[in-house]
Amino acid sequence: MAQMTMIQAIRDAMRVELERDPETLVFGEDVGKNGGVFRATEGLQEMYGEERVFDTPLAESGIGGLAVGLGLQGYRPIAEIQFFGFVLEVMDSIVNQASRMRFRSGGRFHSPITFRSPFGGGVKTPENHADSFEGYMLQTPGVKVVIPSNPYDAKGLLSSAIRDNDPVIFLEHLKLYRSIRTEVPEEAYTIPLGQANVVREGGDVTIVTYGAMVHVSLQAADEILKMKGIKAEVIDLRTISPIDIETIAASIQKTNRAIVVQEAQRTSGVAAEVIAQINEKALLHLEAPVIRVAPPDTVYPFAAVEDEWLPTPSFVVDAIIQVLEF
Amino acid sequence: MSLAKSILERQDYPIVSVCDQNGHIGNPELMPKLSDSQLVSIMRKMVFTRTWDQRAISLARQARMGLWATVGGQEASMIGSEAALRKDDFILGSYRDIPQIVWHGLPLYQSILYSRGHQKGFCIPEDVQALMPQIIIGAQIIQAAGIALGMKKRKSDNIVMSYIGEGGTSQGDFYEGLNFAGVFQVPMITMVQNNQYAISVPFHKQTAADTIAQKAVAAGITGVRVDGMDVLAVYKVVEQAAERARRGQGPTLIEALTYRYGPHTMAGDDPSRYRTKEEVEHWREKDPITRFRKYLGRKGLWSDRDEELMIEEAKQAITDALKQADATEKMTVAGLIDSMFEKTPPHLEEQKLRYITRGGK
Repeated sequence: MAQMTMIQAIRDAMRVELERDPETLVFGEDVGKNGGVFRATEGLQEMYGEERVFDTPLAESGIGGLAVGLGLQGYRPIAEIQFFGFVLEVMDSIVNQASRMRFRSGGRFHSPITFRSPFGGGVKTPENHADSFEGYMLQTPGVKVVIPSNPYDAKGLLSSAIRDNDPVIFLEHLKLYRSIRTEVPEEAYTIPLGQANVVREGGDVTIVTYGAMVHVSLQAADEILKMKGIKAEVIDLRTISPIDIETIAASIQKTNRAIVVQEAQRTSGVAAEVIAQINEKALLHLEAPVIRVAPPDTVYPFAAVEDEWLPTPSFVVDAIIQVLEF
Repeated sequence: MSLAKSILERQDYPIVSVCDQNGHIGNPELMPKLSDSQLVSIMRKMVFTRTWDQRAISLARQARMGLWATVGGQEASMIGSEAALRKDDFILGSYRDIPQIVWHGLPLYQSILYSRGHQKGFCIPEDVQALMPQIIIGAQIIQAAGIALGMKKRKSDNIVMSYIGEGGTSQGDFYEGLNFAGVFQVPMITMVQNNQYAISVPFHKQTAADTIAQKAVAAGITGVRVDGMDVLAVYKVVEQAAERARRGQGPTLIEALTYRYGPHTMAGDDPSRYRTKEEVEHWREKDPITRFRKYLGRKGLWSDRDEELMIEEAKQAITDALKQADATEKMTVAGLIDSMFEKTPPHLEEQKLRYITRGGK
């Protein structure tokens, strides 16, 4: 089996899906000849032609409208938003248009769109390139939101997202693009949306996380095991909307303690939603309040202090100790 | 004034007109080739639409309808443009553009349900190519570019007809839509119904440009201005733009100069706060139905009696539509939940359960 980075796995998912369904289209800024600013679409235009893989003018809102319109004509658009920090320009197409298409056409039309976009901090980007805006998407009914943490999941989840007949926001963490290699099958395969993955088993505390924070959490789990012999279970959400509360609740029944780790600012967002759902489904199994590990409620501090701002394993270790000593 | 071979090739944006205020054909070379029955059909639709507008205004006052953006005064730009389309062309409008969607095939009772927020109002029949009106100003123009690109990729000879007001041209999506349409050379027409006011803000406060039509230059597409109170001119311009689009000659921006006689909507707008009686009277002298009546009357195609009968027919159709709307099964929260995804996910099934166990459906 081939070893791939996440960017290669993402490209490979688009390749197999372009091959599989002739209605699938890839478009966005610089995705054609240039193969995308991170090379996620490299070679796809050569293989599938300019009719199916093409550049658009530099206008995110226009890209969103184009995706909605092409969806109405029976196409399956994969639209790239060059950086998720630019997503606010295309929010109307996501929140008011694609997500409502079934409702506002009585089921006649739908929006089988995948909005792909790189995001996430720790790689010294310019301003507005690294923000974790996924929380804004959680409050949008009618869209699913997926964030893979490794190359294998990225390919399987992206195939599922593309084949999904409803809009999916697929977020690719910049720091994970080339930092990890895993075995990735060359053929097509899917990983169901809405299913979390227990990436490390343990009986003492549950760590719920996603994206790049999965790796920070795994490192913390190693450290706390060495330090105190504490066995942490790490759950990679993979899909952050809808949240797989069943997997989280099952883990908490075993561990009775949980923390949630996210890269996005503290208030609202995924961690808050996870904790709200834990309250509804697993409160009586808890022996300590669930704690959030998250950066402060500030703007994203590009470059200068981002390494201090972002949660590190030591933040996670501290939180584990806090819930265990409660 | 000598006319170019195609009225769309002019660069100085003269106002294209065919039939003057007295019902005389001033530009016979631009007269669209319409049969007597087609001419009468256009008149019937305009009279129906005005009757419907008057009835909708009173129904909205009685809270028997939801939002109604009045259409009186704009019948020529609405009906003339829809009439020039083929049945399988796609219409995307703004909230005032209900008549075009209804004349394109949406049953009238569904437009009433739409105004009430009933989901059945959004259920566009399979043979009607349209979306219900767009509330977000400009969103329909970028979507139109996408639909038109899809048509081009499928090598169909259909076109997309999109509508927006002159106020909407200030929105970024208006320009993004035109620009995308120009870059991809897609079969799209955008008609700006310049009714002079965006609620209360007059045209000259939306733009420093003399015309909307000239904004086509920035997108590298064709622009044209037409007398929006002259149904024959509107028909002619749309027909030519549609032919060009079908031949692969790209998008057209049409500015139709028109006027809304009534308030913006029936939700409390008082137009006397921002425009004068004299101005309204000035535009009423250009009335699209009056001038077309004169033209058809002179040809012996339309009489006062015909008009009375048409108004009666319209009133009856509206009454029937209201009855059908009132008799439509009530919308349910469970049905709403099931309209979110292809397959309702577990968390929504759980949320749905509460509404079913409470006796709802």
